[in-house]
Amino acid sequence: MNLDKSKKYWNPYFGGVMLGLVLLAAIYTAGRGLGASGAVKSVLVTGMEAVAPSHVESTPFYKEYFASHSGNPMKSWLVFEMLGLVVGGFVSGAMSGRLKFKVEHSPKITSRKRIIFAVLGGIFFGLGSQLGRGCTSGAALSGMAVLSLGGFITMIFIFGTAFALAYFARKLWI
Amino acid sequence: MGPLTVYEIISANTNLVLAFIIGIGFGFVLENSGFSSSRKLAGMFYGYDTTVLKVFFTAAITAMVGTLIFALFGWLDLSVIYINPTYLWSAILGGAVMGAGFILGGFCPGTAFCALSIGKLDALAFIGGLFIGVFLFTEAYPVFEGIYKAEFMGAPFVYDALGMSRGVFAALLIIAAFGMFWLGEWSERKFPRDEY
Repeated sequence: MNLDKSKKYWNPYFGGVMLGLVLLAAIYTAGRGLGASGAVKSVLVTGMEAVAPSHVESTPFYKEYFASHSGNPMKSWLVFEMLGLVVGGFVSGAMSGRLKFKVEHSPKITSRKRIIFAVLGGIFFGLGSQLGRGCTSGAALSGMAVLSLGGFITMIFIFGTAFALAYFARKLWI
Repeated sequence: MGPLTVYEIISANTNLVLAFIIGIGFGFVLENSGFSSSRKLAGMFYGYDTTVLKVFFTAAITAMVGTLIFALFGWLDLSVIYINPTYLWSAILGGAVMGAGFILGGFCPGTAFCALSIGKLDALAFIGGLFIGVFLFTEAYPVFEGIYKAEFMGAPFVYDALGMSRGVFAALLIIAAFGMFWLGEWSERKFPRDEY
């Protein structure tokens, strides 16, 4: 390994403790854990309201959403947190010399194939995160930290299914 | 006493400013831990890079222990923090669908935004997929509604479900995490790979 020293990642256990402290800060200040997929939903709801207001009015999902959510969906904790996440990631990448436009993929597949599977994976993850009421951050990690039964179940099924399917997807990665 | 916003020690707007700052910390830690690389994330499922396992479980037990210590000292009122509700079937099915997305796409939502922030275009594609996926759920909601709301159990704690005390469960989880860390270190020696 002849890695440029400035590009080295943190020790994973140190990174884990830091991530745990960030999560603890969220619980202590906001009374809730971290999340990600909820912000995607907020953006989608806002976009749909702007583009297709009559459709939003007549769709069962939105009726239920607006019955349980008041105010502007963009003025939510998760949206502000995700804006910060992008800033924090950018700063870290800039400090470590990792800012670069690229499609990361296994040498065995083309960029095009990688992009197709990334979109497909995103579709599954987006759908699953709504069904599971949160993603790896909001349901699994934050759920585990507050010892929620559902958090543990979702975590086990996210990682368990990925492990179970890993053999079939191996050409994408190794 | 925390949570600060619930006890109105900070205002709702201050809470949003803090959300932004906490988000910066979140993104900074994820990127520095290597979570902006899909091949590093996927490495966990092939044993060549178990960073995800180590960071994820270290974070979970750190936050869990921190929360319990804060409660012990009276700094945090556990009765008002958000405990994820448990809808058994959607927790299982949603988790399984997300797992399929993880192995196909190489990201989860948080890590995809983190990777996009340093210019990964595969992350941008994944985020496009996320929007399509969430859109499909909202449009086809009546199809999913039955399973989405089935088997609602309230917001139970995992230790109650297993019939243990909180302390015993926490201790066992920490021991299990260390067992998995050992397994991860072993796996990385057994399936070494060059830098990618």
